[in-house]
Amino acid sequence: MQLKNKFDPTALWRVVLLLLAVVALVISCQREDTPGDASSAAAPAEGGQSAALGADADSIIAARGLTPDDVAAALKTYTPTGKLDEYIMFASGGHSGQVYVIGLPSMRILKTIAVFTPEPWQGWGYGAVDTMEVLDQGDINGHDVLWGDTHHPALSETGGDYDGQYLFINDKANARLAVIDLRDFETKQIVKNPIAISDHGGAMVTPDTDWIIEGGQYAAPLGWEYSSLENYAEDYRGMVTFWKFDRENGRLLPDQSFSMEMPPYWQDLCDAGKLVSDGWVFCNSFNTEMATGGVEEGNPPFESGASQRDMDYMHIINLDKAAEVAAAGKTMDVNGFPVISLETAVAESLLYFAPEPKSPHGVDVTPGGEYMVVSGKLDPHVTVYSFQKIQDTIAAGNFETDDYGVPILDFDSVVEAQVELGLGPLHTQFDNKGYAYTSLFLDSAVARWSLGGPYADLNDDPDWTLVHKTSVHYNVGHISAAEGDTVSPDGGYLVSLNKWAIDRFTNVGPLLPQNFQLLDISGTGDTMPLLYDMPLPDGEPHYAQIIKADKLSPWEVYPEVGWNPHTQSKDPNAVMPGEERVERNGNQVEIWMTAVRSHFTPEHVEIKQGDHVIWHITNVERAYDATHGFSIPVYNINLSIEPGEATTFEFDATDDGVFSFYCTEFCSALHLEMTGYMLIEPSQ
Amino acid sequence: MSIFKNFVGPRVPTDSPETVRMQYRLPTLLFAVAAVILLISIFLPYWQMTLHAPQYPGGLEVVVYVNELTGDVAEIDGLNHYIGMRPLGEAAQLERSVSILAIGVLCLLILAAVFVHTKWVVLFTLPAVLMPFAFLADMYFWMRNFGLNLDPTAPLSSAIKPFVPPILGEGVVGQFKTVAEFRVGLYLAFLTAVLILTALYYHRQAFKPLVDKERTQ
Repeated sequence: MQLKNKFDPTALWRVVLLLLAVVALVISCQREDTPGDASSAAAPAEGGQSAALGADADSIIAARGLTPDDVAAALKTYTPTGKLDEYIMFASGGHSGQVYVIGLPSMRILKTIAVFTPEPWQGWGYGAVDTMEVLDQGDINGHDVLWGDTHHPALSETGGDYDGQYLFINDKANARLAVIDLRDFETKQIVKNPIAISDHGGAMVTPDTDWIIEGGQYAAPLGWEYSSLENYAEDYRGMVTFWKFDRENGRLLPDQSFSMEMPPYWQDLCDAGKLVSDGWVFCNSFNTEMATGGVEEGNPPFESGASQRDMDYMHIINLDKAAEVAAAGKTMDVNGFPVISLETAVAESLLYFAPEPKSPHGVDVTPGGEYMVVSGKLDPHVTVYSFQKIQDTIAAGNFETDDYGVPILDFDSVVEAQVELGLGPLHTQFDNKGYAYTSLFLDSAVARWSLGGPYADLNDDPDWTLVHKTSVHYNVGHISAAEGDTVSPDGGYLVSLNKWAIDRFTNVGPLLPQNFQLLDISGTGDTMPLLYDMPLPDGEPHYAQIIKADKLSPWEVYPEVGWNPHTQSKDPNAVMPGEERVERNGNQVEIWMTAVRSHFTPEHVEIKQGDHVIWHITNVERAYDATHGFSIPVYNINLSIEPGEATTFEFDATDDGVFSFYCTEFCSALHLEMTGYMLIEPSQ
Repeated sequence: MSIFKNFVGPRVPTDSPETVRMQYRLPTLLFAVAAVILLISIFLPYWQMTLHAPQYPGGLEVVVYVNELTGDVAEIDGLNHYIGMRPLGEAAQLERSVSILAIGVLCLLILAAVFVHTKWVVLFTLPAVLMPFAFLADMYFWMRNFGLNLDPTAPLSSAIKPFVPPILGEGVVGQFKTVAEFRVGLYLAFLTAVLILTALYYHRQAFKPLVDKERTQ
């Protein structure tokens, strides 16, 4: 029996193919219109193509008296709203004891990171126990030391390149070191150097951040002891400390760290070797004269006493070997800390000296690790040492020694080149085109000069030659180029950290801001224009490091509600909405509170005079930027509780009365209503 | 037995040539594809509302699956408390809790329809055809219920009047522009409905002659 309606079997496959096409189309259409894409795609369309500046711009240029160079500088730095910076600079905050975070090329300040000094915005040191604990780690002999003279920030490195995970910074005044976690830009640890009262040559990191280097400066008896200046040569010592870093937990490990005793020369700055010189550390020094000052007693003041000899010593340290010696226990105990004595350092061949022109400042290792550049400060040259020549000279043996038995390598056999740059060369950074950049303090200029050796072919300039100087304003100290001390510098931007501003800004009285100046170093030869002046209203910022912004991946909000930023894990006292409570146990009152826009729970807290109060607050917000503050008058309580953060503070309820607490961050339209009463009932 | 036989209808003649057999297989294939697509849709979002306001440059979104709400639900709930709207999680709790099971049953019914060669096949497949419409009707019910029943003691109760945001397209609540859109899961559910209707057409073409023939015998 044959059916009437014929059926074409290929129709079936057509239908199936059509269906698959429809499904694919539906799914792809859905994918395309994911929210947020539309606005960003539409944005560049407006005003994207204006090749000429146009009449409006011309009239503005005329009215403001701008030159074509000014206009070019403006175009290179102006960053319209919503556009983000390409680089992030971490700058020492000088004796504010903090760190600045600054965007490049806009030169906008993005953040101050509280480190050694209490800071109200971040609630750093105003009751929150975790912040108090970190600050207390910096106590010295029971003294609260609530400031720092931050000098040299150091970004953590992997393979000699910035990895964006941690930042270290030293406090010169008190020989302390701090660790900042770049997931939340908060300080996690402060360590006090157990053997030195003050330092200078820190923080520098080894290429994989195994060790954080802290060099000393003003020699003193190790372990904070007393000794008369008459015993300077015998009792006073310099030092370099190597702090072991636990990257996993983000903490320095004092029990795995060690120091090396140095002669009482003033060790200045250090840099870690990298690639070919990995495992070695270089520090420059001054006052090998061992001047002890005393201008009031008719002695030459330090400034001349420490500047008499033509040569000081670059310290060359075999860190890998020193770590083995320390691990083997060949150390002396100073203030509970292992120190490799000078005698051991010499016996184990851990330390060598190379003469360097008098009173230099700064020793900087080239990107490939082949050369060490020492700046003259009182000598118009930079002196370039070859690591290979240093190794060859060490291998050849037969050295002179200094008074402490340290071998001194022959100057001529370790020097690769000397380049005359100008007056007061201080610090050197590098780019990706075979140039080095050195600050000239007395000339108030940044010098560009060409490297030789493996860098010779990267530019057209002759090797080891001054190429160009750009004036800066004024008295430049450190300079920082984009990733300019790593194994792969980026070039592009350089910031000159000037000590004096003089006439660059409107007068604000006799105490002037510092001047950070942005230079465009993307060109070659004599093209190195100044782009922007940024006043920094804080004391004596020293060094800065500049990292590509996309290497940083900080959290937008803490990973989960109830996060303790100090332990970087969930806080056992975190509470979710509905779990808030107040518990009394004898004289102790414990409060578990939540904060959310726009109320605290509970809003009434009743306490009796004389109670000890333990107060936990969890910000249960998940929204970007929904930070809540919390303050209590009289008791000096001020917290910053970022989205997801849980924090704790404690106090003794000594004063009775009615205290209104409130949210100090303008969190919402009902921010003023985000308040509550703490009622402290009198004990009588 | 004969009731059952009348219900499921005639079997495909075993002696029919290969070219003819294809026409019986087409509705089977379409039903199977429809069931699979509906099953896939439970893993995909059905509906989404995005809220745009100046202080939320990326927007806030709530994404609705048949069994859950995802996206910025906590943030939206936080904002909604200012106008006295109940937390979104309180809506359609029953529907969401049984949805996976219910869709599984719908898929099994579609597969069962493969064996039914009479007009009763409609009974097995119509629930799946209606499913996307039922989803939208339920969504609208809850949006209306939530939007019109605001807590009069809420901080902004005098500023924001009760409202029902559109279930598709743009609306405005306070400083927020709301954009509601259907997502891939719902489109797949609609596609399931279309496939079933197509299958029913071919089903009728293939099996009606057999049923009629059987009846005349």
